[in-house]
Amino acid sequence: MSTIPAIKGVDETQATQRARTPGGVIHEWLTTVDHKKIGILYITYALIFLVIGGVEATMIRIQLAVPDNHFVSPQVYNRLFTMHGTTMIFFVAMPIVFGFGNYLVPIMIGARDMAFPRLNAFSFWISAFAGVLLYFSYLGASGLYAAGSAPDVGWFAYAPLTAKVFSPGHSTDYWTLAILLSGVGSIGTALNIVTTTLCMRCPGMKLSRMPLLVWIYLVMGGLVFVTISPLTAAQIMLTLDRYLGSHFFDTQAGGSALLWMHFFWIFGHPEVYVLVLPAFAFMNEIVPVFSRKAIFGYPAMVAASVCIGFISLSVWAHHMFTVGMGAAGNTFFVFATMVISVPTGIKIFNWLATMWGGRLIFATPMLFSIAFLFQFLIAGLTGIILAVAPFDWQLHNTYFVVAHFHYVIVGGILFALFAAFYYWYPKIVGRMMSEKIGKWHFWLFVIGFHLTFDFMHIPGLLGMPRQIYTYEADRGWGTLNLIVTIGVLFQAAGVLVFVYNLVRSYYVGKMAGPDPWDAWTLEWSTSSPPPDYNFAVLPTVKSRRPLWDLKHPEDPDSDYEL
Amino acid sequence: MSLCSKRQSAGWGKSLAPWMSRGAACGALALSLEARADSPMTLFSPADPQAQSIYGISLFVLYITLGIFIVVAGLLTFVLIRYRQRPGDENREPAQIYGSNQIELSWTVIPILIVVTLFLTTTRVILGTEAIAKPKGALEVTVVGHQFWWEYHYPKLGIVTANELHVPVSDEEHPTYLEVTSADVTHSFFVPRLAGRMDVIPNRVNEAWIDPPTPGLYLGQCAQYCGTQHARMLLRVYVQPQADFDAWVKAQQQPARQDFSSDRTAAEGEQVFMHNACINCHAIAGTVATGRFGPDLTHLASRDTIASGAVPNTPGNLRQWIDDPNSLKPGCLMPSMHLNAHDLDTITAYLSQLR
Repeated sequence: MSTIPAIKGVDETQATQRARTPGGVIHEWLTTVDHKKIGILYITYALIFLVIGGVEATMIRIQLAVPDNHFVSPQVYNRLFTMHGTTMIFFVAMPIVFGFGNYLVPIMIGARDMAFPRLNAFSFWISAFAGVLLYFSYLGASGLYAAGSAPDVGWFAYAPLTAKVFSPGHSTDYWTLAILLSGVGSIGTALNIVTTTLCMRCPGMKLSRMPLLVWIYLVMGGLVFVTISPLTAAQIMLTLDRYLGSHFFDTQAGGSALLWMHFFWIFGHPEVYVLVLPAFAFMNEIVPVFSRKAIFGYPAMVAASVCIGFISLSVWAHHMFTVGMGAAGNTFFVFATMVISVPTGIKIFNWLATMWGGRLIFATPMLFSIAFLFQFLIAGLTGIILAVAPFDWQLHNTYFVVAHFHYVIVGGILFALFAAFYYWYPKIVGRMMSEKIGKWHFWLFVIGFHLTFDFMHIPGLLGMPRQIYTYEADRGWGTLNLIVTIGVLFQAAGVLVFVYNLVRSYYVGKMAGPDPWDAWTLEWSTSSPPPDYNFAVLPTVKSRRPLWDLKHPEDPDSDYEL
Repeated sequence: MSLCSKRQSAGWGKSLAPWMSRGAACGALALSLEARADSPMTLFSPADPQAQSIYGISLFVLYITLGIFIVVAGLLTFVLIRYRQRPGDENREPAQIYGSNQIELSWTVIPILIVVTLFLTTTRVILGTEAIAKPKGALEVTVVGHQFWWEYHYPKLGIVTANELHVPVSDEEHPTYLEVTSADVTHSFFVPRLAGRMDVIPNRVNEAWIDPPTPGLYLGQCAQYCGTQHARMLLRVYVQPQADFDAWVKAQQQPARQDFSSDRTAAEGEQVFMHNACINCHAIAGTVATGRFGPDLTHLASRDTIASGAVPNTPGNLRQWIDDPNSLKPGCLMPSMHLNAHDLDTITAYLSQLR
């Protein structure tokens, strides 16, 4: 625990607390345009959906634990995996990375709020409405199986299964509208992040001095513009098909099933990077602090992030190696997909070099970060395996693919998010999370994760397709699926411990003080939690690590930077 | 730069040793996967030259990625052990190092070389599968995906059948060419031991080929989510010696059996069948049943399974299927016709005679 030297330009006075009635508190949260409160709203909302999506995953795994199981009917099962995928991507991963971005981006660049605070509030509430709308389908949608039919077309909703003739009723419409509305919110927030980054930086913070987290959120914001637009367009086209008799995807009338795939995956693949880039961003902040070293190769890290942003726009059809694109198309997308592993590799090597020669402190945020590094390495390597198109002809739509992308999303993104929670919780709440409970959380989740997703690769290699509600006993997939299901129980226990830690620390956690990790970026220079205005006087920075300069006036970073 | 000091490069070798043995263990795992004969859909026991070439490149890429994993994870483990904070060390800030262009260059160029190698190898297999002309001696089969069953046409042989594909033992000059398309939504034709999958897309015809050299039964299933019963849209490919295949073709080319003078139950069943809505969806060659929505039943009794591989083709299963298809395959598109027990018995007897 260190104390910050009194510094000019950074305010340490506490925010004044007004006496508030419960009604006043609710009113304040409903009408707030403060980037920190909206960030917290985003994160809380995502955590609620994380639990819902997790319950769906658990039910899916119970059904698959043994062959020929009858835990749920095929109709219910198909809705479960559709809702699980849609929920986790659009109503957990997206809002949670936007939440952290909302909270951290302004404060890390020494700004007092986002560029467009009201647009920020609008974006959150429209996304929140979209999530509620999706789940209202469980009550309100009439579908194939009468009222209460949630969508059951898969999270990528391939045409023409979504056409009126194959999906009568309204469950597919709930899906379409929920995606459309959440997309509006995403674009609004991305617009805010990009504008804030470009226009609101404090004096002295050139682009070349921006924390890597902010750089990455800038790239991610740009990607959101490009990727959400085709998704939104496709939803509008689908609705036109379903209600106004157009034939974009209506194969019975000359429409194209492939057209939907292209629209969906030109969203879908960059979307993976929209989600994983913030995970990189958290690593870029956490790994140096717990290695006690500056990030290795800052310019290379920025370049790699920007490269990933661009290349990720040219890889989408590796989801379509089996649609009969022909040799030329397949070869191009093999190449583009493999090339993206180069900048990703650069990032892993730079984190490795950051830790090299450092003094590694294994606090909970660092534990999750280390697990991230190992798991993301494996996820990247299975990604290369899937990029080899002939191998993908065997593995596409099998459990190998399911294991691969869960390795990215859970082993990569979720672990990075847990690290971020333990790292920034003291800043957001003002109290430390319990290290002891945090370690329970970590080990339970690591064990569960590896039981589930390591073993999930093997049924894929043995030919088990995804999205099947049951399988024949003679296929030889039974034992492996049982192990996978057992792992889920460990993960569920880990998440419960995590939620308990969040709630408990809010009341009895140790007071954090402004800078509990002895860190170097601007958010640690203001009080925890920060006052509404963040900084009484806007800070002035001279290097990438303003607090390092303050703590080590004899050896400031600004001496070494170009 | 401390990264290149001699002392530390000696440390690399030491830390790699446990990972080497771990790598060997992973290799052993891969071998044990290959040996798994109890998984009828494993890609590790290819039964066709195309599956064989995919298997070859699969092993190649598996070993390359395993190698990368061993090196990088080994370095990571080394760093974690070597540079962890030790007691008494708490207040020392390590030397701050900001980067090195040479090192960045090296871990950019080496991955690029690996990528180029992998890319060229992959391209060779892609061209060897997708960019070759159809030989003259090819047997042509049209595969039509339906919710939730498979229809097969042999256009030059005049055969229409369902769910169980028969092909002869073949070679490079005489492969079986599959033209795949769909009658409704997108499916995927996936028999892993014979070839990679090919998507079955409505309003589009894709081509795939197989040339299995050994007879046998090869299992697969639909590999693209297509609706409620996607899980029970199973595939069976029978590879037969040429003589057996010719005999099968000859039998399939016959119209359905119509002389039931010796079997009154079956004769009555035929009448029940022809006077119910069965004929709207099912075809039986040589009769008034010409429906095309469901599987062709002309030689139903010659098949081993019903309901697209869901259950064995026994009179008991067949009777239950006709009585209430949803009891065997919930969500399938065949409705229950609400026939009485007598009609069920006679129809079952009739269909069981259609060899």
